[in-house]
Amino acid sequence: MSLIEITEVRKSYGTNEVLKGINLDVEPGEVIAIIGKSGSGKSTLLRCINGLETITQGSISVAGAQLIDDEVHLKALRLKVGMIFQQFNLFPHLTAGGNVMLSQSVVKKTAKAEAEAMARKMLDRVGLGHKFEAYPDELSGGQQQRVAIARALAMQPIALLCDEITSALDPELVAEVLAVVRELAAEGMTLLMVTHEMKFARDVCSRVVFMHQGRVHEIGRPEEVFANPKTPELQQFLGVH
Amino acid sequence: MIEFSTWDILRNLLLATRWTILLSLVSFVGGGAVGLLLLFLRISKRKAARAFAKYYIELFQGTPLLMQLFLAFFGLGLFGIDVPAWLAAGLALVLWTASFLAEIWRGCVESIARGQWEASASLGMGRLQQMRYVILPQALKIAVPPTVGFSVQVVKGTALTSIIGFVELSKAGTVVTNATFQPFTVYGLVALIYFALCWPLSKSSQILERKLNVAHRNH
Repeated sequence: MSLIEITEVRKSYGTNEVLKGINLDVEPGEVIAIIGKSGSGKSTLLRCINGLETITQGSISVAGAQLIDDEVHLKALRLKVGMIFQQFNLFPHLTAGGNVMLSQSVVKKTAKAEAEAMARKMLDRVGLGHKFEAYPDELSGGQQQRVAIARALAMQPIALLCDEITSALDPELVAEVLAVVRELAAEGMTLLMVTHEMKFARDVCSRVVFMHQGRVHEIGRPEEVFANPKTPELQQFLGVH
Repeated sequence: MIEFSTWDILRNLLLATRWTILLSLVSFVGGGAVGLLLLFLRISKRKAARAFAKYYIELFQGTPLLMQLFLAFFGLGLFGIDVPAWLAAGLALVLWTASFLAEIWRGCVESIARGQWEASASLGMGRLQQMRYVILPQALKIAVPPTVGFSVQVVKGTALTSIIGFVELSKAGTVVTNATFQPFTVYGLVALIYFALCWPLSKSSQILERKLNVAHRNH
């Protein structure tokens, strides 16, 4: 059984169908890059996996937890998949440490000392152990995104969804965030990332999914997909002629 | 005829001011509690709850406070319930205040970026937990200046309760005028007392607004 099973998923906004029957199985430890033009449905697909968007048809399960649209099932599913956003979405009224501790104590009812120890460990892991007391607005974009990663990791998910996590960053800050993601991949974390970082996708990912007009248009190992794109749409997207 | 000194007038007005202050406090605290409940209904996921809160707010904001006072005072009387003026006044003001506070606070909650809801949901928080730990702490800071500002409206709103016979500052003004035949002095003093109650509230609302804004920090 695959870790994430996406079966015949369809999603419409009114009459506009943005996902037109997606099938994708992700094995434990896989790192998957989802690429494609804007409007191709790649972010929507990612947001469907942890129930931020409700799917119109089809099914999604993560490690046996079915995506069902009620608070109990959603919570069970969200404890298995963490998500990191383009805009970081740190809680501005809490310190970096507070951000990483909050959901542990609120959702998992972890004791404060334990949650704090975990927060320090996770902030260390993303290289920000010394910023425990800093508020988000005292951190650079790259640092904020690393705190967001630490916050997701502290919930000990078995997979992480990354939604264009470097797109809002200044170019010189992209590398520090990607370095953290690369490390996670090396440690065997299952990752699904929507990304525009083609070089990163080529180096780190086990599979690349090219989405076009709400469908998985092409899928394969990065060396095949990038070196030998089969469909004209992917060739055009990659700028190969 | 008995002569009234200005001090006599002022003393009686000040005694009645206690009731204006008490009624304002009750309205504000009670209205805050009901308003918070309405807020939760207004942003609930249930359609019926949202609709109820929406119509409640529209009804109480769309009719004069005076009519609400009349309805609470005379209307309940029709059903054989004997409503004392203080109860009708308190009830109407609480319900009226709630409708405005709920709407002010809804604006504050909705001004919090959607990403905050999404991030906290992704971490497994339930809706109440999101409100309690993520949204309200941020919304509260935004809500303080307009809420304090609105309290001025509540204080002035209490003046209308004089019409159903609740003896607060305005009613006392009328009573004292009838005894002294010095309407200008009496109502002048009444106005000054209202001003003395309201001005510090307006001022603190302004100061709070500047304080919470200039820093532009969320902590």
